[in-house]
Amino acid sequence: MMSARKIIETIDIRKIYGMGEVSVAALDGVSIDIEEGEFVAIMGPSGSGKSTLMHILGCLSRPTSGQYLLDGEDVSRLNKVELAAIRNRKLGFIFQSYNLLTRTTALRNVTLPMVYDRTKEFTPEESDEKASRILEHVGLGERAHHQPHELSGGQQQRVAIARALVNDPVLLIADEPTGNLDSQSGEEIMTLLHRLHQEGATIVMVTHDSEISAHTQRTIHLLDGRVETVVKNGKKKPGKEKVEK
Amino acid sequence: MKPIEAIRIAWEAIAKNKIRSFLTMLGIIIGVAAVIIMVGISAGTEAAIQEQITSLGSNLVFVQSSFTRGRPGQGPQSGGLVFDDSTAIQDEVEGVTAVVVEQYSSETVRVGDVTLEEVEILGTTTGFPSVRDIDIAEGRYFYDLEIERKQKVAVLGSSLAKELFNNESPIGKYITVGSTKLTVIGVLKEKGMVGNTDYDSRVYLPISVVFQKFTPSFFARIMGDSVRMIYVELDEDANLDSVITQIELLLAKRHGVSLEEADFTVTTQQDIIETQESTTAAFRSLLAWVAGVSLIVGGIGIMNIMLVSVTERTREIGIRQAVGATPNDIRIQFLTEALLLSIVGGLIGIVLGVGGAYIFSAFSGMRTVIMVHSILLAFGSAAIVGAFFGYYPANQAAQLDPIDALRYE
Repeated sequence: MMSARKIIETIDIRKIYGMGEVSVAALDGVSIDIEEGEFVAIMGPSGSGKSTLMHILGCLSRPTSGQYLLDGEDVSRLNKVELAAIRNRKLGFIFQSYNLLTRTTALRNVTLPMVYDRTKEFTPEESDEKASRILEHVGLGERAHHQPHELSGGQQQRVAIARALVNDPVLLIADEPTGNLDSQSGEEIMTLLHRLHQEGATIVMVTHDSEISAHTQRTIHLLDGRVETVVKNGKKKPGKEKVEK
Repeated sequence: MKPIEAIRIAWEAIAKNKIRSFLTMLGIIIGVAAVIIMVGISAGTEAAIQEQITSLGSNLVFVQSSFTRGRPGQGPQSGGLVFDDSTAIQDEVEGVTAVVVEQYSSETVRVGDVTLEEVEILGTTTGFPSVRDIDIAEGRYFYDLEIERKQKVAVLGSSLAKELFNNESPIGKYITVGSTKLTVIGVLKEKGMVGNTDYDSRVYLPISVVFQKFTPSFFARIMGDSVRMIYVELDEDANLDSVITQIELLLAKRHGVSLEEADFTVTTQQDIIETQESTTAAFRSLLAWVAGVSLIVGGIGIMNIMLVSVTERTREIGIRQAVGATPNDIRIQFLTEALLLSIVGGLIGIVLGVGGAYIFSAFSGMRTVIMVHSILLAFGSAAIVGAFFGYYPANQAAQLDPIDALRYE
C-alpha cells in the first residue's frame, strides 16, 4: 500500500465515564490509523465502545486521555467552539436515522452546514447552486424541493449524504447508515458510498452487520474498549474492481 | 452565522407553528396595545380637561366656601361666603377688574305644557359672561340695575332654550321657575360641558332674584345672603400672590377667623390645572403599570413556549451542532426567535393599540391622544421582555450536549 496522508491517527485513546470507584472505561487505549481514501468499518458488540469511538472520531466529544490527530491536527484538547468548527469544515456525518430537519426542504437541509461555515462567504445563490449540484450527484436532483416526509427512507439518507458532502469534508463518518432501511435501499446506499469512496472519499462506517462491513477495505473489531482485531476485507484500492456481494 | 441567517431561521420556526406563535405573541400584543390605549385615554382626558379649564377665561381666582374648617353655627363664625364678601373684594382689593358671584338652586321650569324638573338655576351678576368666556347668542344678559331691583328676568342656556321653545325665539316670552314667572331676555351661545357642568342646560337669573325666591334663609337677614362661589378677575398686570393674600386677609377679617381656620378657600386656575395634572399623572402611571404587568406576563408566556420549543427541538439542535453550529450559534438562534416573537407581537400591538384608541374615542366620545413616547416605551419594553425572557431558554439550548441532543427521541 502506498504511504498516504493519515486522515485519522489516534494514540492510546481512553474515555472514562464517571469518577473514582464507579468509573467505567468505555475506551481503554485505542490506537488506530486511517489513511486518505480508505473505507473502514468499525464493528463490535454493544458495549464494545464503538459508539464512543465514533463520537470522538466525529469530534462530538473529547477523549479523557490520549491523542487524536485529525488530518494532521491534534483535536483532542479543543474546546466546544473549536470542535464545532472542525465538525463543520472537516467532517460529514451520516446517521442511522438520517437526522434531517423536518419540514425543511432537501435543499435547505443540504445547505445547513454552509450556514455555519465561518471560513467562506456564500451568497444564497452560490450555496443553493452547490447544494443542488451535490443533490444531483447523489441522484436526488429532482427532489431538491421536497420535504423529508415526502421522501422514502433511501432518499432521505441520500439527502443526509449530500449534507455530509457539502462542505468538502476530509472524512465521512457513517453510523449504521443502512440500519433503518430495507435491504434494497440499503444496498443502494452502500453502492453510493462505494461510488463516493471510488471518487476519493475517506469513510469510516460503524456497523454491527458483518455483511455490510465486508463492503469495506478493513474492519476494526472492538471489544471492551480495545481494538480486538483488524481484518483486511480483501478489497482493493478504489477504482480497481467492482464491488461484489 | 450571519444575523440575516439567524433571522431567517427564526422566522421559519415561527411560521411553522403559526397558531402557537400567535398565542405566544398574544400576551405581548395585548400588553403593548393596552399601554398605548390606556396612556392615550388618560392623555386625551387630561388634554380635554386642561383645555376646558383654560377656556373658562384667564386671570381668574376662585373663592369657595369650605366647610371642613369653619364649623357653621359655632360662636361668631359665619356660614361661609356671603354676597357682601364679593362687594368688599371689589371695593377693597387692589388689582381686581371684576367680581362675579354664583349661587345655585334647582327648580322645576315650565313653559306652556313643557315641564322640566330639577333644572339648575344659577344666580349670577353681570360680569358672568365675560369672566366665563360665554357669548350671548340672542338678546342680552341682565344689567346691574335689574339685579338691584330684583327684576324677574332670565337668560337661558342654548340647549335649555331649545327644549323649552324648540326653534322659536324665546326672547320676550315667559317661563315659570318654581312659582315665579320670569321674562326671557337672552340666550347664551353653546358652551358645552366643562368638567361636570353643563353650561347649556341652565337658567341664569339675577342673583338677587335667586336670593329672594329660591334660597331664602333666616340667617340671611343677619349674616347676608350666602353664595357658593366668587370669581375674581384680575387686572392683567396685577400680582397674583398679592391679590390672593389681600382676599384671604379681607375675608378672614370679615368672617372673624384666623387664616389657619379659614372657612373659605382661594384657588387659582393654575392650582386647578396642577391638581388635575397630578391626579391624571397618578392615574396614568397606574394604568401604565397595569399594562406593564401584562407585558411581563406576555414575556413569561414567551419564556414558557421557548422552553417547550427547546425541548421539542432538541434533536434539531443536535443536528445543527453536528454540522458545526457553536453554542453561540444555537443561543443566537433561539434568542432571535424570542425577540422576533416579541417584536412582531409588539408591532401588531401598536397597530391594535392605535386602532383601538381611535375606535374607543369614536364610540365613547372621549378624546384619546396617541403619545409617540408611549408607543416607543411599549415597543421597547416588549423587545426587552423578549430578550430577557428569551435568554434563559436560549442558554438552555446552547448548553445541550450534541451527543445527548442527537439521541433525544
